[in-house]
Amino acid sequence: MPKLTIDGKEVEVDAGLTVLQACEQVGIEIPRFCYHERLSIAGNCRMCLVALERAPKPVASCAMPVAEGMVVHTNTPEVHKMRKGVMEFLLINHPLDCPICDQGGECDLQDQAMGYGLDHSRYKENKRAVEDKEMGPLIKTIMTRCIHCTRCVRFTTEVAGITDMGMLYRGEHAEITSYLEKAVDSELSGNVIDLCPVGALTSKPYAFVARPWELKKTETVDVMDAVGSNIRVDARGSEVMRVLPRLNEDVNEEWISDKTRFACDGLRRQRLDRPYVRQGGKLQAATWDEAFAAIKAKVDGVAGSKIAAIAGDQTDCEAMVSLKLLMSNLGSANIDCRQDGSKIDPSLRAGYIFNSTIAGIENADALLIVGSNPRLEAAVLNARIRKRFLAGKFPIGVVGEAADLRYDYEHLGTGPADLKKVLSARSGFGKILKAANRPMIIVGQGALAREDGAAVHALTREIADTYGMIDKSSGWNGYCVLHTAASRVGGLDLGFVPGEGGLSTDQIVAGAGKGDIEVLYLLGADEIDMSALGNAFVIYQGHHGDAGAHRADVILPGAAYTEKNATWVNTEGRVQLGRLAAFPPGDAREDWTIIRALSDVLDKSIEVGDLRAVRSKLVDAHSNFMNIDTVSSAPWGEFGTAGDVSSAPFASPITNFYMTDPISRASETMAKCTDTFLGSQEMKTGTDG
Amino acid sequence: MSDAPETFEFTAENKAKADAVIAKYPEGRQRSAVMPLLDIAQRQNGGWLPMPAIEYVADYLDMPAIRVLEVATFYTMYNLKPIGKHFVQVCTNLPCWLNGSDNIMHACHSHLGIKTGETTEDGEFTVVEAECLGACVNAPMMQINDDYYEDLDSEATKRILDELRAGKQPKTGSQLERYTCEPLGGLTSLTHQEELRAQKVSEKGDN
Repeated sequence: MPKLTIDGKEVEVDAGLTVLQACEQVGIEIPRFCYHERLSIAGNCRMCLVALERAPKPVASCAMPVAEGMVVHTNTPEVHKMRKGVMEFLLINHPLDCPICDQGGECDLQDQAMGYGLDHSRYKENKRAVEDKEMGPLIKTIMTRCIHCTRCVRFTTEVAGITDMGMLYRGEHAEITSYLEKAVDSELSGNVIDLCPVGALTSKPYAFVARPWELKKTETVDVMDAVGSNIRVDARGSEVMRVLPRLNEDVNEEWISDKTRFACDGLRRQRLDRPYVRQGGKLQAATWDEAFAAIKAKVDGVAGSKIAAIAGDQTDCEAMVSLKLLMSNLGSANIDCRQDGSKIDPSLRAGYIFNSTIAGIENADALLIVGSNPRLEAAVLNARIRKRFLAGKFPIGVVGEAADLRYDYEHLGTGPADLKKVLSARSGFGKILKAANRPMIIVGQGALAREDGAAVHALTREIADTYGMIDKSSGWNGYCVLHTAASRVGGLDLGFVPGEGGLSTDQIVAGAGKGDIEVLYLLGADEIDMSALGNAFVIYQGHHGDAGAHRADVILPGAAYTEKNATWVNTEGRVQLGRLAAFPPGDAREDWTIIRALSDVLDKSIEVGDLRAVRSKLVDAHSNFMNIDTVSSAPWGEFGTAGDVSSAPFASPITNFYMTDPISRASETMAKCTDTFLGSQEMKTGTDG
Repeated sequence: MSDAPETFEFTAENKAKADAVIAKYPEGRQRSAVMPLLDIAQRQNGGWLPMPAIEYVADYLDMPAIRVLEVATFYTMYNLKPIGKHFVQVCTNLPCWLNGSDNIMHACHSHLGIKTGETTEDGEFTVVEAECLGACVNAPMMQINDDYYEDLDSEATKRILDELRAGKQPKTGSQLERYTCEPLGGLTSLTHQEELRAQKVSEKGDN
């Protein structure tokens, strides 16, 4: 380990680090624009200059590897002067438009100019002007502000895996552009807005909307997919203005998907802000008392076996556990949180979570993806797979759709028959899995949400066992289920699944059609076939006027994910707490309080007084709810039901990444993305996903 | 001057040339051949690179088009717009300027009736300013297509342009009586090599 002296302090750091990283380890901050921890080193902004003894010139510390005996000065008048010089050059062509720039207040250039800028410009000539580039419906460009750090180019090439962006021309004429000014077609494109150290790339939907210092910042988690990305929600009053990523090395690093970032304008549209009761075939606005009375009038006297409940994809655990208690008080075992009809076996936890953990992908050395398109189902997780892929020696096989996943893989087939071949083959990909030390399998909902889902579930377990994906001695478990719904693992954990003799989603829907189910409680469930529900009395509790609300007989307005303190469990089984960033609109209430109030009206009280009491019910249901922000390993065992599999090919449940749930379907920005990236052949509304 | 073609493809001859260039690089490093291939494409397309040619080269080397476009825009010797049959590049850097490159530029302007960066209506000539072309010893100079014309003055410039327009090949190199870049008044040192030089001249013809 090389020893070096930084500002008179002797330090020992790992070989291979750069001088800038060594300085950070001893707590010295070096100004920078182009350097970024997660991207390759470019060394072109020159802001990180330091003085190195015995070196003839100042050195760019971000690109200089440490060496034994180096003497570094970061805080001398000379260094300060060098950086002032660099800053003066950067500002020669940078416009003085901070008052009208959306980056104002959170701009690296602005901040560092406070430390290294001059109070006036010595440059009398005209500043250069660059034509703005078109980059699609998400990224707004003001290219005159660009300082050519190339972070966006490196991000799109390295992390997002697309080669759309580049720097054209040279020197004073250099310009950042996307090829032929096409929209940047990546599910992660919004991250370049955060990466841009100046106001050249800013958020188009957020343009001129708010200033950072007038926003209330709330740290919470995302529910647009099952990754559970850590986010910061910025709100002004009761309106969510924007969503930004929050650092969590174990989950999303510092990226979020475009849906997570931009779907928040859907929180302002199509909202259910008061209860409704259907009268004479039409939904009429009502009070809470009237809505509850209508439910009581219907439910009283109906046998428990004729009542059912289905929980949706963005339902918090508190609401689900409350509804589960209410249903059991009503004597019904007909509850299911798998509204997509997934046949996933809820009996063993290791059988339905992402056991390797997301960060664990980086430790794997072979990967088999079954019935999943991780790029659309979990864009941030897909970036992690790509990161592992770029590190090398990571063979990937896919059974399912041959989609562009942003990395190379071997396409092994499309359906269960091809999966069986992988299991029996002692050559090809089977051999690769056999030889690997830490092989992993990702099983998507496209493989489980089908008639033979239980058999496929068992088949994947057999593959995991056969190829040694579970190594008890090292603690490696490479069996990973990739969910698409933020509420799914939580629902399975707390047992929102059919009880003894209870009906599953498909049976509930069929039962409603036949008249066997008379009352159906939809807790944010919008993805089932509403036209098949026959004459059943439908109670819809949720936050958006989507498919469920249109079919409902009574609507109970709930809170969206940014409007409640709630518990979420991501696909890894990581329990995370979401926090209230803005209050729900109008008469809408936090979901578990609605169910508690209803239970009192129905004389079936679930007897929970406050949030603490609900959360203790969660812990009663599964002890894992005590472990906030951690993943505890689940014991391995038998699951799934061996049986015949059909020949139908696996298909990912998501065809339109931008519209998968009531919030993103209500979002104007997501509609524009659908138009831009999928064209007119895709449905713009309806039940995609 | 040619209009932008819809498609672009190497001729069989150029394909062979391109493959020979690619063969110089190790397996999997064929992208290193991007600059020679762009040059081949530019020569085939009358001295400039249309977008189809850039995309063709990108496909040929299995690399993203934006990376090829970056290279093509970075280097000034790739032309991204159509140019005339004779591409006149007048050096205006310091040694040439001190020796009267302004006159050369002016001669081009007045004689061809165009300004810097423009092309004559008949598509014969394009005049541009060039940075140092490395022939300072015989300044001022200009480059027309692949040939250097050195030791210029207004008269010589006009004569060269006239000859080119008439379809003739003007004398290349120094327009004064000197062999390559030897001193104007004859050799002052290494004079014993004069015989050697005379022999070379007779072998090669003039210059």
